[in-house]
Amino acid sequence: MKIYVPGDSAAKAVGADEVAAAVAREAAARGLNVEVIRNGTRGMIWLEPLLEVERAEGRSGFGPVTAADVPALFDAGFGAHSKALGPVEEIPFFARQTRLTFARCGLTDPLSMAEYEAHGGLAGLRRALDMTGEAIVDEVKESGLRGRGGAGFPTGIKWDTVRLAHADQKYIVCNADEGDSGTFADRMILEGDPFCLFEGMVIAGLGVGATKGYIYLRSEYPDAVEMTRRALDVAYRAGLLGDVLGSGRRFDLELRVGAGAYVCGEETSLLNSLEGKRGVVRAKPPLPALEGFMGRPTVVNNLISLATVPVIFARGGAFYRDFGLGRSRGTIPVQIAGNVKYGGLFETAFGMSLGELVEDVAGGTASGRPVKAVQVGGPLGAYMPVSKFATPFGYEEFDGQGGLIGHAGLVVFDDTADMLGMARFAMEFCAVESCGKCTPCRIGAVRGVETLDRIAGGDAAAVDLLEDLCETMKDGSLCALGGLTPMPVMSALTGFPDDFARSKKAAE
Amino acid sequence: MTSTPAPSVAPAEAEIDALIAAQLHLEGPLLPIFHALQEAYCHVPQAALSRIAEALNLTRAEVHGVMSFYHDFRSAPAGRHVLKICRAEACQSMGGAALADRLLAKLGLDWHGTTPDGKVTVEPVYCLGLCACAPAAMVDNKVRGRLDDAACDALIAEVRA
Repeated sequence: MKIYVPGDSAAKAVGADEVAAAVAREAAARGLNVEVIRNGTRGMIWLEPLLEVERAEGRSGFGPVTAADVPALFDAGFGAHSKALGPVEEIPFFARQTRLTFARCGLTDPLSMAEYEAHGGLAGLRRALDMTGEAIVDEVKESGLRGRGGAGFPTGIKWDTVRLAHADQKYIVCNADEGDSGTFADRMILEGDPFCLFEGMVIAGLGVGATKGYIYLRSEYPDAVEMTRRALDVAYRAGLLGDVLGSGRRFDLELRVGAGAYVCGEETSLLNSLEGKRGVVRAKPPLPALEGFMGRPTVVNNLISLATVPVIFARGGAFYRDFGLGRSRGTIPVQIAGNVKYGGLFETAFGMSLGELVEDVAGGTASGRPVKAVQVGGPLGAYMPVSKFATPFGYEEFDGQGGLIGHAGLVVFDDTADMLGMARFAMEFCAVESCGKCTPCRIGAVRGVETLDRIAGGDAAAVDLLEDLCETMKDGSLCALGGLTPMPVMSALTGFPDDFARSKKAAE
Repeated sequence: MTSTPAPSVAPAEAEIDALIAAQLHLEGPLLPIFHALQEAYCHVPQAALSRIAEALNLTRAEVHGVMSFYHDFRSAPAGRHVLKICRAEACQSMGGAALADRLLAKLGLDWHGTTPDGKVTVEPVYCLGLCACAPAAMVDNKVRGRLDDAACDALIAEVRA
C-alpha cells in the first residue's frame, strides 16, 4: 500500500512529519507493508496534513490529519472516517483548477526522475533539443508567457535579447527570492516538483545559448534549500543536468542561497548579491539581458516563468496561449492566503474575478467576518476594497484599477483590519528593507512611518504630506521597493478613508 | 544551523582559511563564504574579515560592507535557539502581530533580543511562505504554522528546555 504524506513545509509546519512517522510506526506494528511517500503539497493548505492513499480508482484523501488520527485510519482500513475527503482530485477547490505549471506538484515523489518522466516530464526538453535557439524563443513568444514575478515582461522577448547578444558565456538566473507575503508558489515547486524548474532552465539555456544557470533562493526557506540540493544531485545523476540527456550539449546549474534581504528579489540587486556584493539596485540600462551576471548576457526570470516553460514545449505555445484573458495568456497560480477559509494555491486561466477567487474559491474569511480588503501582489501591491471585486485577474486589468497582480498572492483581511496600521507597516517594511541607494526610498520610508503616526495622532494636515511623500517615492526611486511602497499606502488611504480620519480626541 | 552552542575559543586562522578556500572556485564566492563561516561558528568571526579580504583581493571595509548589508549574517553568536516570528501581512491578517507581542512579553524580550540565559534569540522575519497556514514561525530551521497561544507556550517551553 502506498501512502502519501506531503513533505512540503506548509504541511510540515502543521505536523506532517509527525503524521508520516505515525503512519510508519502503525504500519510496522500491524505488520503491514506500507510505502510512505513524501510528496509535495496539492496546494489545499487548509487540509494539510493531507494524507492520501493510493487505490485502484485513484487517490483518496484524509485531512487535516493529526498523528493521533492515524491508528483509527488504519482501523477503518482508510475507508469511512470523519477526516475522509474522497478522491482528492474531485475536491471542488482542486477540480476547478487548470493545473499546467503545477500539474505534478503534490502528485509525485519530487525526487523521483522516473515518476517525473511518467507524468509528462522531459517531453518538452526532448522536443527543444531538436529545435534551433531561434525556434525555441519563437515558441515562448507564441505562448504569450509574461514574467510571473510581477513585471509581466514578455519572456520570449527577454530571451531573444539574450540569444542575439554575443558573448563567450551567457547565464540563466532563476529568481527564487520569493519574499512577498502571501506568496509560496516558488517554494511549492522547489519542494514539490523541482525537476520542472530545472527542465525549464535547461530549455532556456538551449534557447539563448547559455550553458550555466543559477537558482537564487531565499534563506527563509530552509526546507526548499535542502530539497533543491537533493534534487540537483538526482538531476545530475539522471542526465537532466550536465551533458543534457546525452545530447552533447551542456547545462550546469548551481544553487545560491540569499541572506535575508527582501530587495534581492529585484533582478539587479539579485545579480549584485550573486556576484558577492551588497544587494544594491543597479540603474538600467544596461539591461541584465545584455550586461547581467558578471557583466554578461543573462536571462533573469521568475521561478514560475521558468517552471512553466516545460509544459509550453510539451504541449505547444499555441496550447498555452489559448488560455487566458486579453494580453494575459495562459494560467496563473493564485496563492490565496491570510484570513481565508480555504487557503492555498489555485492555478487557473487568467480572467477569474477577484471576488470569485475570494468569496467563492477561498470561501470568504476564516474568522467568518466580512472581508474588508485584499492585498494583491505582495507588500508592494494595492489593498483592494470589496468594491473592486469585479476586477478580472490579469496584468492590465489590475493596473487599470490602480493595483498589480505581482506574484499573484492574495492576502485577505476581515473587517477588524486597521488600514492605517497596514499603511504604516508598508512604510516600516520599506525602511527595514531599503537597499539605501535612492534617497526617496531610504529616507522617505522613515518619514512615511512618522507621518502616518501623526495622522494616527489626529493630525489631519499630515495627509497631504503623506500624499506628497508617496509621489516623491514613486517618481524618485530606481526599483519597485521605493517606487511601489506608495501603492499599498495610497490604496489604503483612498479605499478606506475612515481608518485615516481619526479625530484628535479619538486618538487621545 | 544555530542550535549548537558557540565555541568558547577563537577559531583558528587555518580553519577559517580552509573554509574560505573551499568556496573560491565559485563565481561570486563571497556570500557562500559567509554562509560557510556562519554555519561553522554560528556567526561570522570578525577575524575572518581580513582573511576574506585577502583571499578575494578586496578591502576589509568592502567585506564588512557586504556582510552588514544582509540581515542573516551575525557578528556575534545568537542564543542557542533562534525563534523567527513572521511579521508580514498574511500573518498579521490572522492576528500574528498581537500573538507575537504576547510571545515577546512572555519571554521578556524585544525583537532581536536574547534571553539572559542565552537560550533563545527572537527575530522578526518577513514571510516564511506559510501564508495559508498563518500565523507562522520558525524555530532554528523547523517551520511552525497555525500558531495560537497554546502553540506559542509549547514553543517557549521547547526553546527554554
